Amino acid sequence: MPLDGRERERLRWRSRRGLLELDLVLQRFWSPPGPDLDEAQGRALARLLAMPDNDLLDLVMDRVPNADPALEQVLVRLKAA
Amino acid sequence: MALSIRKFDVVIVGAGGSGLRAALELSSAGLKVAVLSKVFPTRSHTVAAQGGVGAALGNMGEDSWQWHMYDTIKGSDWLGDQDAIEFMCRTAPEVVIELEHFGMPFDRNDNGTIYQRPFGGHSANFGEKPVQRSCCAADRTGHAMLHALYQRNVYARTQFFVEWMALDLVRDAEGAVLGVTALEMETGQVVLFHAKATLFATGGGGRIFHSSTNAFINTGDGVGMAARAGIPLEDMEFWQFHPTGVAGAGVLITEGVRGEGGILLNKNGERFMERYAPTMKDLASRDVVSRAMATEIKEGRGAGEHADHILLKLDHLGPEVIDKRLPGIREIAIKFANVDPIKEPIPVVPTCHYQMGGIPTNYRGEVIVPEGGAVPGFYAAGECGCASIHGANRLGTNSLTDLLVMGRSAGMSVLEYLKGHGSHRPLPNDAGENALARLARLDGQQGGEDVNEVRGEIQRTMQAHCGVFRFPDMLAQGVEKIRALEGRMARTGIKDKSMVFNTARIEALELDNIYETARATMVCAQAREESRGAHDRADFPKRDDEKWLKHSLWYKAGDRLAYKAVNLKPLTVESIEPKARVY
Ligand SMILES: Cc1cc2nc3c(=O)[nH]c(=O)nc-3n(C[C@H](O)[C@H](O)[C@H](O)COP(=O)(O)OP(=O)(O)OC[C@H]3O[C@@H](n4cnc5c(N)ncnc54)[C@H](O)[C@@H]3O)c2cc1C
Repeated sequence: MPLDGRERERLRWRSRRGLLELDLVLQRFWSPPGPDLDEAQGRALARLLAMPDNDLLDLVMDRVPNADPALEQVLVRLKAA
Repeated sequence: MALSIRKFDVVIVGAGGSGLRAALELSSAGLKVAVLSKVFPTRSHTVAAQGGVGAALGNMGEDSWQWHMYDTIKGSDWLGDQDAIEFMCRTAPEVVIELEHFGMPFDRNDNGTIYQRPFGGHSANFGEKPVQRSCCAADRTGHAMLHALYQRNVYARTQFFVEWMALDLVRDAEGAVLGVTALEMETGQVVLFHAKATLFATGGGGRIFHSSTNAFINTGDGVGMAARAGIPLEDMEFWQFHPTGVAGAGVLITEGVRGEGGILLNKNGERFMERYAPTMKDLASRDVVSRAMATEIKEGRGAGEHADHILLKLDHLGPEVIDKRLPGIREIAIKFANVDPIKEPIPVVPTCHYQMGGIPTNYRGEVIVPEGGAVPGFYAAGECGCASIHGANRLGTNSLTDLLVMGRSAGMSVLEYLKGHGSHRPLPNDAGENALARLARLDGQQGGEDVNEVRGEIQRTMQAHCGVFRFPDMLAQGVEKIRALEGRMARTGIKDKSMVFNTARIEALELDNIYETARATMVCAQAREESRGAHDRADFPKRDDEKWLKHSLWYKAGDRLAYKAVNLKPLTVESIEPKARVY
């Protein structure tokens, strides 16, 4: 199932961060036409976005390894953004 | 649109360090406090602060608040108000220890006291030698501060309204502030928060510049709302810049890169710093380097398609040195500048970092205007306020100090005010209509101006015309350009009109605040014919105390400017008289 449109928008707003570096990565991730996200990927993204900024940046910059396989797929796309 | 009303004793807009500190003071006193934030509190921009919080604890050697005060006044290039500066420096140790007791995980010395690191501009014995004054929690000081304060607020039962955007101030006929209108992102509803006192802690507006170290949320909302409500803005021409941010992206490239041998080149590949600073070259002080970079760009020797940046060359250092001595720089350059510094230079540009000006307050956090003094029921603290502690230039680590000291002070002033103003003032009939009209205009706009385009235009105009080094012709054109954007601003439009989490609508509303902030900056900068602190003019290279030892006040109505005296009189000690600022 593709992610519900409003849930998408919620995640998009939650991509506004306190650290500029994350804003920039997430801006690219969302750049038009925007990423394909199904419900499971939406849930993974929501969990990533719920992390403290510094921890998320460490993951995105590959400074620490990701220990949670459920996050891997979306994280790889964030890193590539 | 129906406007529902919610009543609180106090409404605070902003949940960064200053908003949280103020809220704690008020909730702990048993008041019903609402804190509004566009993002979850611990994702406020305060999270970005790494360097630390300054306080003369004297844990590493002798220190005193008088020395801290001297450094702050000198840093401010004598534009700071000395009563506010004394207040901050004297109170700093107390609020830092208090934060320690709130659970802030400060780095420690072997004897258990808070460890303090050195930081530029902080000295012992009135400029004699460097002193270690910055208290930090590894490189996550801001993050730790937000968490410690947030948890205390949860305990004190502060009510958080997360993902709510304040739109406009509500004032009555006498000018008293009665609260704010705010948009709930989840539903698109607009609610009027009716309060006995309203406190702004909305942070800075660094996004007015094309190159900025600030996160995207820093759109100057508090300043914009105040300006629209007829409150003047103070000293908006003063913005701190960092010489080397990644062009366009804004991510900082530490000055250590030049320390390790990185050099700056113009589009012709010339090492231009040799011309501006023959001895120190690329290692000259921040302002000298920034000024040289801006001059190269202005004179058409900038690199890139738009000739708008400078090249920071590292490849001659070799991959080993880059990887070993400059860890992290390579990954930042690859990720945010799209270049590998082992092979290519990094495009850099002087980048906006901190807003010194803001909503005019005294050291008690009360908003003060020339027309009648304190605005009843209105307070401001943190980067959106101007007490003025930082004057023309802020010292490193003094912003976090300001958040704690001014957040608490503003909170205490509200408590005092509420003793004599125990009930809500009645709302005028048209309360909230300004915000509703703004929304209705936006939603009804046919074929409107694209928000991203107009924002880009403002940012590029500010960067080119009102950047780190300011030229008279560029400023004059800049004022014209910013004024000319008024028409486009009145016609911004959005395609998505849905009510739920409509990011496009939020960004259009933020743009109004970016515009007010930018306009105030440009107009004040053109008017101030001197160089002082961060305001650096090519045509008036010297500080002029005779004419300009005064604060600017900008009014939105008619772009009017007024001025007020700098307070050179501290609270209890001797004044520190203006003298040349040399380091
Ligand atoms: C990269 C970087 C590093 C820094 N390092 C240091 C340092 O080491 N030491 C130091 O002293 N200073 C440092 N600074 C400066 C310092 O971090 C900031 O000045 C300070 O954190 C600002 O705090 P604040 O409480 O005023 O606002 P912020 O932390 O910016 O918070 C603003 C709050 O207002 C809310 N808000 C804004 N508009 C609205 C609205 N319309 N409706 C609802 N809510 C709204 C936001 O959601 C947020 O909660 C640094 C700055 C940067 C950019």
